[in-house]
Amino acid sequence: MQKIGVFVCWCGSNIAATVDVEAVAQASLSEPGVVFSTNYQYMCSEGGQSAIRNAIAEHGLTGIVVCACSPRMHEATFRKTAAVAGLNPYMVEIANIREQCSWIHRDKEEGTKKAIILARAAVAKLNRNVPLIAGESQVIKRALVIGGGIAGIQTALDVADAGYEVDIVEKTPTIGGKMAMLDKTFPTLDCAACILTPKMVDASAHEKISLFTYSEVESVSGFVGNFTVNIRKKARGVNSDLCTGCGVCIEKCPSKKAKSEFNQGLCNRSAIYIPFAQAIPNVPVIDRESCIKFQTGKCGVCEKVCTAKAIDYAQEDEIITRQYGAIVLATGFKPISLESYDEFQYNQCPDVITSLEFERICNAAGPTKGKVLRPSDHEPPKTVVFVQCVGSRATVECGKTYCSKICCMYTAKHAMLLREKYPDTEVYVFYIDVRTPGKSFDEFYRRAVEEYGVHYIKGMVGKVAEEDGRLIVQGSDLIADKQVIIEADMVVLAAAIEPDPTARSLGTMFTASMDTNDFFTEAHPKLRPVESPTAGIYLSGLCQGPKDIPDTVAQAGAAASKVIGLLSKDKLVGNPCVAACNEPLCNGCSTCELVCPYGAITYEEHLVVDHGVRETRRVSCVNEAICQGCGACTVTCPSGAMDLKGFTNLQIMAEVDAICR
Amino acid sequence: MKFSYYPGCTLKTRAAELDVAARQAAEALGVIMEELPEWQCCGAVYPIARDELATRLSAVRALDGAKRLKNPLLTLCSACHHVIKRVNNDMQTDDDMRAKVNSYMDLDDPYSGETKVVHYLEMLRDEIGFDKIRERVTQPMKGRRISAYYGCMLLRPSTVMRFDNPENPSILEDFIAALGAEPIRYPYRNECCGGYISIEARDVAREMSRKIMNSAVKRGADTIITACPVCLYNLNENGTGEVPVVYFTELLAESLGVKEPEGGLVHAR
Repeated sequence: MQKIGVFVCWCGSNIAATVDVEAVAQASLSEPGVVFSTNYQYMCSEGGQSAIRNAIAEHGLTGIVVCACSPRMHEATFRKTAAVAGLNPYMVEIANIREQCSWIHRDKEEGTKKAIILARAAVAKLNRNVPLIAGESQVIKRALVIGGGIAGIQTALDVADAGYEVDIVEKTPTIGGKMAMLDKTFPTLDCAACILTPKMVDASAHEKISLFTYSEVESVSGFVGNFTVNIRKKARGVNSDLCTGCGVCIEKCPSKKAKSEFNQGLCNRSAIYIPFAQAIPNVPVIDRESCIKFQTGKCGVCEKVCTAKAIDYAQEDEIITRQYGAIVLATGFKPISLESYDEFQYNQCPDVITSLEFERICNAAGPTKGKVLRPSDHEPPKTVVFVQCVGSRATVECGKTYCSKICCMYTAKHAMLLREKYPDTEVYVFYIDVRTPGKSFDEFYRRAVEEYGVHYIKGMVGKVAEEDGRLIVQGSDLIADKQVIIEADMVVLAAAIEPDPTARSLGTMFTASMDTNDFFTEAHPKLRPVESPTAGIYLSGLCQGPKDIPDTVAQAGAAASKVIGLLSKDKLVGNPCVAACNEPLCNGCSTCELVCPYGAITYEEHLVVDHGVRETRRVSCVNEAICQGCGACTVTCPSGAMDLKGFTNLQIMAEVDAICR
Repeated sequence: MKFSYYPGCTLKTRAAELDVAARQAAEALGVIMEELPEWQCCGAVYPIARDELATRLSAVRALDGAKRLKNPLLTLCSACHHVIKRVNNDMQTDDDMRAKVNSYMDLDDPYSGETKVVHYLEMLRDEIGFDKIRERVTQPMKGRRISAYYGCMLLRPSTVMRFDNPENPSILEDFIAALGAEPIRYPYRNECCGGYISIEARDVAREMSRKIMNSAVKRGADTIITACPVCLYNLNENGTGEVPVVYFTELLAESLGVKEPEGGLVHAR
């Protein structure tokens, strides 16, 4: 017989306002096995935890029920408390009377009744609990970072500096990401390339870092500390070991009609190309879609001019298999497509551009060599209108409901840079709100208004119309309460940002959960912001939510510290709540093997004793290191042979019985 | 192909050309337009602007009439189409309104938005197909440069009307191209003409209508077509008068060779 203690938490007024905690504690005393009960203001605080420890010692408790918040929140806390007092941590049950009771009910009487039932169910389950011992597994001391932008680079550098090996997998031909495309960075206006390219060089030169550019993650197996990842190294058509990066092939390539991705399609590039001069590695890639050799079989100019004999048309994709202890997702973002925003004429007028296109136009290495010129006629614009929140904070279907966070600041930057370079240019900014929380951010915005004379108009643009080569911008000025019409030469749209589209498939592959906007969700929005709920998967940068460069670098460092913490361990304690097969009941049907999402189940020939008969049968076997305890096999097993430790059929049924009593 | 047809008041009076030409063209295209018996005024756009049920009932009666005849309901006037389509949407999605309307009307079979509302242009595009119309054209409008003027009623609110892209529509341009003319696009083709403000503040309507007409003329349009009697009124009365503004059905009947040469149909200018 168990000796059970029940501890009811008030959670301040979170629970106590809707649930009579004293009544719950009293009612549980009449449940079988319960020898002690109490309530306390904050059970998770040191005072609450010590009350639990004391009660365990004083009453010789064999198990405890904590009626409090969701187990996702503090189950681990109370298991630790129990362990300190000498209890097996799996002799702890949580009755969730906050999220599933007090927060969703108003009536105190009803709330109390429900809390009593939830406590009763937890006691009924605990009466059937048995101590569980967790197994241990090895930690492979190497990390994988997916994405080679500033987030991935920073995480990799920090992990590598701590002495662990790191691989960066980047899908494009170079590391650097979106930051490499930027001209200046707010709020200090230092040149993006000047602060980023040294980091790119550091990453490529670091003895602990291996770069896999033009590569993508193909598949993954394993679990925290022991991931096995297949990386597809896409065929560059150029042998990286032989290439000297001289650039003759690029110069001589006769196919120069592909749009430059790096320059946002504002100019063309050759079929064999490096994205930009400081690309790392400085090894070209053949874009097979626009390569004459690949399309028609004729040409071969690059092969002829390459003195290093590095061109290799026959090169094929290569699959590399590597093992990792930790994986960091740093997949970044992209601006949304403006296809659904015809009111701005983005698809119709070349002089309506996105902010990222404007970055390239401002950049000395960009398509206009840093001169701000209209794409249509290469004339300098005299009036420029910036429109913020294009697709952000949207209430219509095609937009994003969230604030993209970076646009207010980069628009202020663009406006200021424009006025600085071309003082004769009139600059207007349409905004819903100007949001500049951040160190030296609001001062930066005020400079744009006060020192640089940028006209900020609170309101949105309803229509952009091209008339006689000019853009008629029709908007509302909400403060003056009137319609404004501005004749502009260029319109710059601050497009909302969204997660890179590759994030979704990676999320599925790594079972890293995502929100409705495809941003990766963190294990806890406040307390575990750089960890995915899936053990061993970490989040760095914009893939977790909109953020600027300072925030991205900070988060990248935080993710690195979590990775370092994991890799510094030699062994990991596993989760003992895993599936187990009751072999005499197993009929060897393979149903469980088919539903297991982790590949944890195999079939083996075992000697089984069934009703005194000894025979060799084909039965299900669970690899406890791989099993994540999801329970899919237990519910699918037709003969009831599969059971989940800590959540056995017997325990669940006892809970149901207690609730229905 | 058979439809219950809802002409609306204006098409019986000031906008008779829109109606007559539509019927002539439909006959030539093998479309049966059966005028809905005992139809009533749709209420113009006023019912939509108010939170009131009584003014929406005539639209429901038209919708229910088509339902009882087991026909889709064909509309032509932009304003009628707008009102009927939006009321139908309310009947489909607004439980409260559906309950109140049905308890008031006391129909044998309650109405809950079953009727499909089709605008004449949608019928041309989706039921017949512009490529088929191109084949039926006997007098192609070669050399003509025609601008389409959409106005607001057909396009917005786009989530309910589901007529075309409200910011960059193309159905009328595709229609013009099917008749063999060159469609002239211009940015103000989906801007408001001023609507009924012409009665109260003619200057405002004049400014709005001229902006539209100027934009089309500057791009070389020789004619402007529209589907809306109010738009036609505003562009003709308050525009610059540089190019004729006619109903799209007139052009259709003409290119199908079925328009009466001198049928006594004079624009109500």
